[in-house]
Amino acid sequence: MVILEMEKISQEFGGLRAVDGVNLCINEKEIFGIIGPNGAGKTTLFNIITGIYVPIEGNLIFKGQIVNRTAPHDIARLGIGRTFQNIRLFDKLSVLDNVRVGCHGVTNSGFWSGMLGLPSSRKEEKLIIARSNELLEMVGLYDKRYEYADNLAYGEQRRLEIARALALKPSLLLLDEPGAGMNSIEKGELMGLIRQIRDEHNITILLVEHDMNLVMNICERIAVLDYGRKIAEGTPSEIKNDDRVIQSYLGVGA
Amino acid sequence: MEAFLAQNIDAYYLRIMIFIGINIILALGLNIITGVTGQLSMGHAGFMSLGAYTSAILSMHFATPFFLAVIGGALLAALFGFLIGIPTLRLDGDYLAMVTIGFAEIIRVFFLNFEPGGKAVGLSGIPQDTTFTIVWLIVIVVIILNSKLFKSRVGRSLYAIRENEIAAESCGINTTRMKVLAFTVGSLLGGLGGGLYAHYMYYINPQDFGFMKSIEILNMVVLGGMGSIPGTILGVVILTIAPEMLRVVAEYRLLFYGALLVILMIFRPNGLLGDVRIYDLKKRWGKKEVKPW
Repeated sequence: MVILEMEKISQEFGGLRAVDGVNLCINEKEIFGIIGPNGAGKTTLFNIITGIYVPIEGNLIFKGQIVNRTAPHDIARLGIGRTFQNIRLFDKLSVLDNVRVGCHGVTNSGFWSGMLGLPSSRKEEKLIIARSNELLEMVGLYDKRYEYADNLAYGEQRRLEIARALALKPSLLLLDEPGAGMNSIEKGELMGLIRQIRDEHNITILLVEHDMNLVMNICERIAVLDYGRKIAEGTPSEIKNDDRVIQSYLGVGA
Repeated sequence: MEAFLAQNIDAYYLRIMIFIGINIILALGLNIITGVTGQLSMGHAGFMSLGAYTSAILSMHFATPFFLAVIGGALLAALFGFLIGIPTLRLDGDYLAMVTIGFAEIIRVFFLNFEPGGKAVGLSGIPQDTTFTIVWLIVIVVIILNSKLFKSRVGRSLYAIRENEIAAESCGINTTRMKVLAFTVGSLLGGLGGGLYAHYMYYINPQDFGFMKSIEILNMVVLGGMGSIPGTILGVVILTIAPEMLRVVAEYRLLFYGALLVILMIFRPNGLLGDVRIYDLKKRWGKKEVKPW
């Protein structure tokens, strides 16, 4: 079943067509990779999906609902979680609080009930803490839960971002270069974590990544972007042998 | 209570303590906007003057009871905070600072020409109903509600907006709404402080609430530590007492005051208590499993 569908999505920045008529279908419970050279429009595509940009053309359909003009926080509440290429944590909040903020979209105690400490909000708070601890345990940061987020090592920060995105109980998780800056051991662990998220939490995963080893190992289907256009789509082995992909990555053969 | 205090404490000290209380209310209001939510507002004195004038006019011309007058002033300030918040909070950083300065100036010039407010002469004869006990009871309530708010779901999302707005959006936080909320609550406290100020000073005039007053309140928040309640209180205490202590150096008072700010900002750029947590202190003292609060 299709969870996210893009129909001829285009985006322009001052005459530059960053994304040009991209069609894409992501199936439920799939690990889908998007690759492409620098400036191919991968992150732009992510920003369109999460509502930061409104596409100038095309339709974005999430679970059968058109979400072109939906604001980012509403997209998040619909169940699309994401991480960022350049890590965006709440640096001066504790690791635990980072994940607790992540629960914001799926909880609803308001200003008054929180300020007056009403039973409903206290009960909710307990659930939030329990859930956050659980997620931190899963990504292996439970022991550091009271540290400031910016005191964490780089790889840990990436994992914290994933935990924060999962707190939203998403059905689709977007990972923007999750392996950037990680060593090979950490990348191995990351692949395990991504599979675990998909298998145990039934979450569809869409990721952008430059590390071919990681992408080819973990993704079931891959789309290749170049200059904003989709030039290929298929299984890892199909992609590896696709002439146009080889051309765009290595240049035209002599 | 008041009689007891008046007998045992020098009137001068009592006066300073009342100012500290009023300033704590004002600064905690600005702390919600600038310290916690990270929206640089340089027009807090504007909200203060709205609260001061509204409550003063209510009690002088309409014989409104003291509490109702002060609450009325606070609510009007909150209403203006809300109305101004909606269009302007889409701006951030320097732009927002400019708009808030402009807003505070509009308010000041408005009261300079406002007949019931006595124009440039100001209003005098406001009933002196603000007492030490009332101020500090309100301070305690405000502190408790603030700390409850900051630990709640909504409060956490305000901190998240300060730390990273885009990430906050991606967590499902409606950042515009939250910023308007912070602005409204902050303005409410500004108006509340203004009302108490007017009913203590007996006389107010538009120049009391100029740009320098906004900066003074901002200094308290920044010096003490953005987003920290103990920090803000410490900042208020230091910056309220410092000019008094510096009276020995007479005309050079403000020079030392300025130097003090420069030195503190060099050594504690995040404010005195800006990033101090009991958790970190305990860890440094060698205790192992500790909870942050």
